[in-house]
Amino acid sequence: MEGLEHPLAIVVLFNRLFSRPIAALLALIGVKVKDPANCVPDYVVMVLIVAVFLVVFLGLAARKRKMVPGKLQNVLELVIGFFESQLVEIIGPEGRKYLPMLGTVGLFIFCSNLLGLIPGFMSPTSKLNVTIGCALTVFIYYHYQGMRAQGVFNYLKHFMGPVPALAPLMIPIELISHFSRPVSLSIRLFSNIFAEDVLIVVIASIIPYFLPLPFMALSIFTGFLQAFIFVLLACIYISGAIAHEEESGGHEDSQAHAHA
Amino acid sequence: MNKKMKALGLLVFFAFVAAAPLLAQEAAGAGPSEAKASLYKLSIIVGGAIITLAAAAGAFCQAKAISSACEGISRNPGAAPHIRFLLLLGLILIETLVIYALLVTFIILMVKWGQYA
Repeated sequence: MEGLEHPLAIVVLFNRLFSRPIAALLALIGVKVKDPANCVPDYVVMVLIVAVFLVVFLGLAARKRKMVPGKLQNVLELVIGFFESQLVEIIGPEGRKYLPMLGTVGLFIFCSNLLGLIPGFMSPTSKLNVTIGCALTVFIYYHYQGMRAQGVFNYLKHFMGPVPALAPLMIPIELISHFSRPVSLSIRLFSNIFAEDVLIVVIASIIPYFLPLPFMALSIFTGFLQAFIFVLLACIYISGAIAHEEESGGHEDSQAHAHA
Repeated sequence: MNKKMKALGLLVFFAFVAAAPLLAQEAAGAGPSEAKASLYKLSIIVGGAIITLAAAAGAFCQAKAISSACEGISRNPGAAPHIRFLLLLGLILIETLVIYALLVTFIILMVKWGQYA
């Protein structure tokens, strides 16, 4: 399916403007570019478009906040409240501090999924490169939050299982299950969006402009659902990583009461 | 002013980090393909069979999950949000396995088998 696509107009325009300076900058670092007139792939341009759109749109909308919200502020408060309710429901009341990262990832994936439905654009999440990036970000983030919440050594000790004697059995199982998480996150998102794209192409080859419309409506729904599931699973992983904090907190309390 | 410069510096740094995929430039070249008709036919049949079986098994298991969820909600309508959440989570996890099979089908149907026969 790689050679069947014709280049998108926006990508051609971006390459015509910026590709040679970028190729020259990369040559300074020592990376040799195969085709200096065309070195930025289409999904990088689309990621930049989504990022610029989100930053500009949300930045502009957050400027004038009123106590009685207008229409745009109402909708955005709904979105933020949706993410926040998910976090609080799964992690607990201290889950609010993870809202910036997970809200960003969720909004980025949702807008990337929808971008492919507009003619002249493609979904960056229909490439494995972008979805592996999102999954690795969540992976590194929840391990970092777990280590920050419990201390590095304490967090790594939980890989050994409930009883230290079981450690040689538990460590491979835990490692495999932890490494299967970014694999499953990335492949799930990539395959859903890519398969939807392929389906729309195949359907469009039957009756060009009218038959894909119900499938594009379905694609809006699955795009939202995949972003929601990505954020939901990230919340579950974070809650699993910081969960043991409450047990040790409970032990500390009981010890303090015993000494007092 | 200092805070703004720091934020701007961070933004520029992350813009460079975000453009890091540009470093992964692909190598050129593809070999010549031979006509191995029987291998092509077998690969198409196997690819079709994989996704068919996966879709059938996936639909059956999702049907079980949905029917249990409906029965649970009908017995205890107050627990409907919890059951709905668990139902969605379970459906997506089952669907992930079907999507893995779809990915394998894509790979089988898109490989140039003539290179490897």
